Amino acid sequence: MKHVDDYRDGDLARSLARLIADTVLPGRSYAFMEFCGGHTHAISRYGVEDLLPASIRLIHGPGCPVCVLPVGRLAAAIDLARMQPVTLCVYGDLMRVPTARGQSLLTAKADGADVRMVYSPLDAARVAEQNPARETVFFAIGFETTAPATAQTILYAARKGLGNFSVICNHVLTPPAIDAIMATSTDGGPPGLDGFLGPAHVATVTGITPFQSVAARHSKPVVIAGFEPLDVLQAILMLTHQINDGRAVVENQYRRAVTASGNRLAQEATAKVFALRERFDWRGLGVVANGALRLNENYDRFDAEKRFALSTPTMSDNPACACADVLRGARKPAECRLFGTVCTPETPIGSCMVSSEGACAAHWTYGRFRDPADRPRLEPAGAA
Amino acid sequence: MIVFDRKLDVARGRIDLSHGAGGRATTRLAHDIFYPAFANDLLAAGNDQAVFASPAARLAMSTDSYVVSPLFFPGGDIGALAVNGTINDLAMGGAQPLYLSASFIIEEGFPFADLRLIAESMGAAARAAGAMIVTGDTKVVERGKADGVFITTTGVGAVAPEVELSGERARPGDCVILSGGLGEHGVAVMIARQNLGFGAGIASDCAALHELTASMIAVAGPSIRLMRDPTRGGLAATLNEIAQQSQVGFKISEAEIPVKPAVAAVCELLGLDPLNVANEGKLVAIVDPVAAPALIEAMRAHPLGQDAAAIGTVIEDRHRYVQMETKFGGRRIVDWLSGEQLPRIC
Ligand code: SF4
Repeated sequence: MKHVDDYRDGDLARSLARLIADTVLPGRSYAFMEFCGGHTHAISRYGVEDLLPASIRLIHGPGCPVCVLPVGRLAAAIDLARMQPVTLCVYGDLMRVPTARGQSLLTAKADGADVRMVYSPLDAARVAEQNPARETVFFAIGFETTAPATAQTILYAARKGLGNFSVICNHVLTPPAIDAIMATSTDGGPPGLDGFLGPAHVATVTGITPFQSVAARHSKPVVIAGFEPLDVLQAILMLTHQINDGRAVVENQYRRAVTASGNRLAQEATAKVFALRERFDWRGLGVVANGALRLNENYDRFDAEKRFALSTPTMSDNPACACADVLRGARKPAECRLFGTVCTPETPIGSCMVSSEGACAAHWTYGRFRDPADRPRLEPAGAA
Repeated sequence: MIVFDRKLDVARGRIDLSHGAGGRATTRLAHDIFYPAFANDLLAAGNDQAVFASPAARLAMSTDSYVVSPLFFPGGDIGALAVNGTINDLAMGGAQPLYLSASFIIEEGFPFADLRLIAESMGAAARAAGAMIVTGDTKVVERGKADGVFITTTGVGAVAPEVELSGERARPGDCVILSGGLGEHGVAVMIARQNLGFGAGIASDCAALHELTASMIAVAGPSIRLMRDPTRGGLAATLNEIAQQSQVGFKISEAEIPVKPAVAAVCELLGLDPLNVANEGKLVAIVDPVAAPALIEAMRAHPLGQDAAAIGTVIEDRHRYVQMETKFGGRRIVDWLSGEQLPRIC
């Protein structure tokens, strides 16, 4: 595993840290949002902040598919599995996400609902093939990264003529999420935000082109960054240079996998099966226009929302849970009043504490020793 | 000794419900499989209990159940694990193992041949440690109600008079010593279980640690605050437990923690952290820093401690955090895992 250690090398990290320290301008402060949960996780796990000068601040972004899933959609799936004779296939990360009624997929499973953990959408299609007399529903989540696998599975189901397989599609898109973040305040996003560490795996699929218009629209630099800690440091250095030079363009730190145009086959599968969803209510970001995917008309026989006439209840989070603010970069996890007291990974209140990519989980697992004993615990904006 | 006219067909036969009924079949099973494998007079006397004189003023006692899946894995099997695991729990209290009991819950249909392999491996492990399996029990459950065989062992050991080890004795400034590389048992079992096409050559570190602990006590007895074997939950769970018991924190250094490159590679691929993975032949010792260099030297002289290293210190911390300096140059917490990372690892 030599190559992995190369991206975590302490000596290289220290020299990059020195370069960053030499690059920041005296008296200038910098704030960068790491878009992805994968970045957040690496930053916490390797202690990247310890290598940064005090003038650079990192802000967690919304790039955690489980965290941005509105609980109402999960609740609808749980109800489906409870009420109807269906097998519901999900990614393991979702099992413990609490809904407002205190239910989770795990409790539904314990009560007898047929909920199964799968590693890929194709596993779910196989469940359908093996149980032809029973409906199998796959609960699809993820950004542009995982949408192609869902699309390919639907194409597979179409080829095989699987009449008992369908998908609840919750795939969401990255550029509209960045737009939504920039619209959260009148000064354009979280206070002082200077630029983005862009999503590496998404860009592997989409290429960097879609991010060029994002950077231009908001006049903020975007550096597509890998998920190893040295990737993160290098991307921070690149962003710092752009700020100092007054540039706001897309740069690609993750050259080992990301190209300008991305993975054409994956893009084609996605385009073939999906259409833009006019409105999708993101957790944290609210309703985002054209910010998610649904099955298009050619494949709507695989659309579980239509097949089972699912309606998504509007369901609000626990009012004390600050996830929405955390996902917008407006609050840090430790500023939630429930963090570490009521809400821990064993007793999660919000999905940001459940998902392995969630900012609250990362801070709890790796970073909570940094909190001052008298840390401020702010009420979430909009809470009573 | 009772003599049966017909022996068990160990090569081809299988456990059925009668072998757990307490009658003739149960006794025959004991005679043909357990007595020869465990080979001692106290057991062969065939009584419901073993009677022995107490060899020491203080005795240690410990019990553990073993449900590992699969039953056989590179570097060991459930039998060796059941004996060594209990010996290690005794050894962590500074005891030398003397007597063990072994209780079996066996699934109907389990092959005698496998049971004999397991029993022989238990006998060999006990003999190697100078201990005897002197009493036991066998129950059989219907097919599907157990997974092959579950074993519970209980051990009794003698504690030397000068030894005083306990989980609440760590104090700020103490040195944390780890006896060798992390994660080998858990990774070996994972590989055996999942039939992964990689990781060949990684074997469980399953071993009895009482000799190593005896040599440690000989060198630094009164300076050792406590010892513990980082089994389920790995080093992370062990240090967090001690932090709670002793009401302290830890500061450890990732660069000092030994992990074999092959183990690190498999952990990376499986998304595991070696700090959370189970070990079955390693120990953590918390010691007075003055005694640490001599102790490490003594540990390295023993084959089971040759990679021993000082990995950190005990610090004052009212939050009881285990902090780690990463190789990358940052800091983070090493936390318990929420939930089970690898079920049925021992
Ligand atoms: S700590 Fe828990 S309740 Fe607070 S924002 Fe995070 S997930 Fe929500």
